[in-house]
Amino acid sequence: MTDPEILRYTRETGDFSQLIASIPYADHIGLQCDRFGDDLIFRLPAKEQNLGNPILPAIHGGVIGGFMELSAAIYLMLAQETNRMPRIVNFSLDYLRAGLNQETYAECQLTRQGNRVANVMITAWQKSRSRPIATARAHFLLEG
Amino acid sequence: MNDKIRADRVTRFIQSLNQARELGVTVAGTTESSLTLCLPYSNQIIGNPDTGVIHGGAITTLMDTTSGSVMICALDIFELCPTLDLRVDYMRPAEPGKPVYARAEIYRMTRNIIFTRCEAYQEGGETVANCVATFMRIGPEALPKAYRDKITGDVL
Repeated sequence: MTDPEILRYTRETGDFSQLIASIPYADHIGLQCDRFGDDLIFRLPAKEQNLGNPILPAIHGGVIGGFMELSAAIYLMLAQETNRMPRIVNFSLDYLRAGLNQETYAECQLTRQGNRVANVMITAWQKSRSRPIATARAHFLLEG
Repeated sequence: MNDKIRADRVTRFIQSLNQARELGVTVAGTTESSLTLCLPYSNQIIGNPDTGVIHGGAITTLMDTTSGSVMICALDIFELCPTLDLRVDYMRPAEPGKPVYARAEIYRMTRNIIFTRCEAYQEGGETVANCVATFMRIGPEALPKAYRDKITGDVL
């Protein structure tokens, strides 16, 4: 992975549609990404198939995790000028509030990048950024 | 409860979770303190199209579902327990074309919190990922009785 042409196009235009279309899991959960200047905001539009708890109803915790994990990988790939999808080592996720059946947003921050490992923090929220639904931390292996 | 009752309850519960149904997750085995679920391989969950390796997110969903359902095996009265946190360590990519299993067990249960650990593996026993998680006990009363009865199988 990932097609260098698609990555070049994504970097130049800020249009993530081709990149997302090349990752089946991104399409499965419906992940979207928008670029504002240098900042990336990942979006997960409401989708019935993503629900877990049918009573609230709420988005499945695993989908929230997958959304944040994939957001971090894409963010890192673009931040790094590499054509390779970084390999995830581990992922630690705190659920703060139920993720209701609404659009969800995520933002990533590169906490530390070493030669081989990067640490990324991810925050997910819905109606208001000041009320996050989950925060996560992921380590990625950059090469190999 | 015997294995059949446990498996039936867990099956009804995961069938009520849209995403677990989408992924085709099924019950592979139960004991009074553990649960094994199976995630079939499918093209929709591929993370890397060049290799066909499934995305970690699908593994996270499998492990969250397994860890979050294991209490159904341990508790006579059905309780839905929201996930407080989970941590996943990825050992190796899952081999494409094969199902992934996750076996969760409860290693400590208190009045308020349930502590679980879970291993995802494939045929042959190679570990794909390990996960520890905690769940909050909000009590059976937090759910409508009709839904509880549906999972328990008291009313069909």
